[in-house]
Amino acid sequence: MAVRVRGEVLIGGAAEGPLFRMAKPISFWGGVDPRTGFVSDPRHPDHGKSVSGTVLALSETIGSSSSSAVMLELLAVGLAPCALLLGRPDAILTLGVVVARELGVGSIPVLRLPVETIPWEGQANIYEDGEISFAG
Amino acid sequence: MELSAYERSVAGGAAGAASAMALRIVAEAGRLLGASRLIDIKSVHVDGCLYHGDSGVHFVERLVADGGYVRVPTTLNVGALDLLHPERVRGDAHFRVMARRLMDAHLSLGCAQSFTCTPYQAGHRPGLGEHVAWGESNAVAFANSVLGARTNRCGDFLDICAGISGRAPYCGLHLDGSRHASAVVRTSRLSRALKDTDAFYPVLGAWLGAAFGETVAVIDDLPVGLSDDRLKAVAAGAASSGAIGLFHIAGVTPEAPTVESACGGRPPDVEIDLTPEMIRQARDRLSTVDSNRIDAVAVGSPHFSREEFAVLTGLARGKKFIVPFYVCTGRGVVSDLEQNGDRRILEEAGVILVADTCVVVAPILPESGGVLMTNSAKFAHYGPANTGFDVVYGSLDDCVASAVSGQVSRDETLWR
Repeated sequence: MAVRVRGEVLIGGAAEGPLFRMAKPISFWGGVDPRTGFVSDPRHPDHGKSVSGTVLALSETIGSSSSSAVMLELLAVGLAPCALLLGRPDAILTLGVVVARELGVGSIPVLRLPVETIPWEGQANIYEDGEISFAG
Repeated sequence: MELSAYERSVAGGAAGAASAMALRIVAEAGRLLGASRLIDIKSVHVDGCLYHGDSGVHFVERLVADGGYVRVPTTLNVGALDLLHPERVRGDAHFRVMARRLMDAHLSLGCAQSFTCTPYQAGHRPGLGEHVAWGESNAVAFANSVLGARTNRCGDFLDICAGISGRAPYCGLHLDGSRHASAVVRTSRLSRALKDTDAFYPVLGAWLGAAFGETVAVIDDLPVGLSDDRLKAVAAGAASSGAIGLFHIAGVTPEAPTVESACGGRPPDVEIDLTPEMIRQARDRLSTVDSNRIDAVAVGSPHFSREEFAVLTGLARGKKFIVPFYVCTGRGVVSDLEQNGDRRILEEAGVILVADTCVVVAPILPESGGVLMTNSAKFAHYGPANTGFDVVYGSLDDCVASAVSGQVSRDETLWR
């Protein structure tokens, strides 16, 4: 059964992909390998999973301010998530998307919504107007 | 998000293409953060000269090609190369060329050749209440907390764009109301002996970041006159285990004459009484392995200061390390060590100086991997993922003793 919610559009766009709701906040720098797209921090509960092509849901981002650069690089090499769902406004990961758009190397939708409303798994569809549907 | 007439003209290209792109990116960041407007800033510390991939190089080179130049004094964080000791960093030709191009592109934009994560110990010290735009999480926490300057945690790209535009989003930690503590941490149950130990402060920072994420807390009952090195250790620990951009220490940091004033006269949302057990657990979380043997030592995250080198030189004099002992620092400090003769004493013991970069951001540690001992909460946090080494946390004394024997040697008495 599909669940529909609405997010605040930080960066507009449409996308579709498998949901990846992270169990804990992460620093992309030191936490996600820009050469592979995999979670590389061995202390993170999602260590070893790939963010590439997923609708990635994060309650918040922590740690290094270099995470913007990791996000841009993931977009430039085609290993980025296909959308970001963020529990808090963020000008670090999202700024990586803004710069990617300025450089013309791609963009993904970024939406803000309460992460508790997001299922742990399934498929997500993101629409231009901020509507999101989750299907098990 | 309202831009002034001047800002709109710059964003439209009146001051050139680089200024236009920089201002558009700063304005986008402002919109994302919910800022009502932009604010003039006095200085910038740029975290973006560390190579993460070709895309970042192309971005900064675009700014150079489009005529970009910083409008305010701007220092640089570490790069991915040690320009003083090029042999330190492994890497193929592509990596070296691109990492160097990124560092050079920032210099072409008018940034100072500082290449350090402790600009505040290299002469870049904005004053109380000054609005700045800094990147590098430990430097952000130090600038806000210890200097009382005002900056948000600027991500890569926002920092250099702030330098070129002279503007930052007016929100978050630039505003009075965001700087009050909503949490109080009491430390009266911890011993004075522990609080007189350098190794306590990285652990306190790591605990703070893990406990509070990005909440502003005020810590009470710490000794007055805490050194910059102890304060930077708190900042670095808190900004790596969490997203702490500002903390207060009652009677120590400039916006916290008292706990009550740090809280802005409001009752805190949460009060925590730290116990020795909580600190011991936080310390233990900094180690990833229970090992007797070590393969390397690394200190200097944030970059080792002149004062820290004075202590290390005293400890290392006449010793012989049997594992590599890396110390990361800024080029200004290296120059001082050469002038005062300490470099020779340190190198005779087996110290390997790393300048302009550090061992968790560049491939410097032996490829064989193994166990790394450190006195830095930040190395302990990022070391395993970035270097493949397991880590053991200890004091600087512990690190020196362990480097002599190759066996983990830790003084446990203070932590009991």
